[in-house]
Amino acid sequence: MSAFPTHLLSMEDLGPEEITEVLRVADSFVEVGRRANPKVPTLRGRTVATLFFEDSTRTRMSFETAAKRMSADVLSFAAGSSSLKKGESLRDTVETIEAIGIDSVIIRHSSSGVPARVAEWVDHCVVINAGDGWHQHPTQALLDLYTVRQALGGGDEGLARLEGLRVAIVGDIRHSRVARSQIAAYTAMGAEVTLVAPSTLLPPSLEGWPVASVSHDLDAVLPKADVVSLLRVQSERGSGAFVPSLREYTAGYGLTARRAAVLQPDALILHPGPIVRGVEIASDVAELPAALITDQVSNGVAIRMAVLFLLLGQGPAGGALRD
Amino acid sequence: MAERERSHTRPRGAVFVPRAQVMSAEDVRRATTRMAHEIAERNRGLQHVVLIGLQTGGVGIAQRLAEALAEAEGATIPVGTLDVAFYRDDIGLRPVLPEAVTDISFDLTGSTVVLVDDVLFTGRTIRAALNALGEYGRAQVVELAVMVDRGHRELPIRPDYVGKNLPTSRDEMVDVSDEGVSLGELVSR
Repeated sequence: MSAFPTHLLSMEDLGPEEITEVLRVADSFVEVGRRANPKVPTLRGRTVATLFFEDSTRTRMSFETAAKRMSADVLSFAAGSSSLKKGESLRDTVETIEAIGIDSVIIRHSSSGVPARVAEWVDHCVVINAGDGWHQHPTQALLDLYTVRQALGGGDEGLARLEGLRVAIVGDIRHSRVARSQIAAYTAMGAEVTLVAPSTLLPPSLEGWPVASVSHDLDAVLPKADVVSLLRVQSERGSGAFVPSLREYTAGYGLTARRAAVLQPDALILHPGPIVRGVEIASDVAELPAALITDQVSNGVAIRMAVLFLLLGQGPAGGALRD
Repeated sequence: MAERERSHTRPRGAVFVPRAQVMSAEDVRRATTRMAHEIAERNRGLQHVVLIGLQTGGVGIAQRLAEALAEAEGATIPVGTLDVAFYRDDIGLRPVLPEAVTDISFDLTGSTVVLVDDVLFTGRTIRAALNALGEYGRAQVVELAVMVDRGHRELPIRPDYVGKNLPTSRDEMVDVSDEGVSLGELVSR
């Protein structure tokens, strides 16, 4: 294995080789998940803490399930009931966590850059970014890649088919950490990314973004797309204010049944969840076989197991050789 | 040691340089046939016998043993593969990666499992395999077949069927393939 980073902060920390390694290791964890007893002793004696400063259902449950299936001890830290309420700073909280002897913190925060900052403070604790502000959500992008690779035949064959794949990322790119991670992940594997959004939901500048094109016309992009990856209109980040109304958003950028009909027969539909039915995706479209939303959630556990394994289970290189 | 694992072990990307061939392709074939007969002799009728090849070195040998058993006894023996990475006791001490996905599509409960690997060394892989095997049912008996037993055991584990006993020094490498068995060293590129 080449240089897998110490922490997982951004999709940009991973090159094609590291991404391939995560996907390959995840295959083994998918097999573990199919067993009657889906638990392995791999991270016995390790302690993992989820430190979520922002609401989450699937990411938190997914990380905690992943850690538990690997026999790690899991601490669930809710910012609302912690000493942060008494005025303790984030830095002191992190130092406390490290002093307790926790091996890994999985952080979600509404401010971009918090996991990277925490990674600078810790000595031995492994930091995993579970979503920070508008910045990054690397495990989401990895599970998206895994799901697409699986739908394309899985294994090395599915991996090879990521090359040249035409991916349309549709929706609130501006406020989306998922989009930023997805762009890095898809382009690292050789896919061509097109962003589709009203100009108000695009970042002020796309300079340096490795995207093939930007479009404001979803109807023109759909017939040529192999993968359509939808984003949620994030009202908690104020994205509602960037469109005249949700109805108008749906009229221009929602994946309605009429639009889904022009997709290629083998096109795939992804959504990181939570889905808001009737806004970015029509309820009927979310139920189509092409919509891989629940596969994404189940693959998320295996991907997070792979990430935990690659970050916590490797130890220093150069142990004794053996046969 | 399997190819993929070797590429992850320091010295990273080291190559195996053979010094001496200790078994020819013909020797490997004969040893496989003999082990198949020994398995049939010990497990009369071969009822409930399944072969589980350890990823990746044991997989081909398990396949070859199944073919030899089919030829000698006319028996169709189920063959599975097992990866033990998640059960190793050196996780966190050195790089450990799964080599391939485990594939055991049958319940092992009540069966006689013959674990198959290419080289038996410290015994730690087999210890991990015994733990991993438990996830697929409660085998009645577990036996062990290896092409080469090179000594230096660190655990109380012994093979039931051996292709060849090969005295080695600890830092030597044993390479097993259908083309034969060689003794050599790992050399950094």
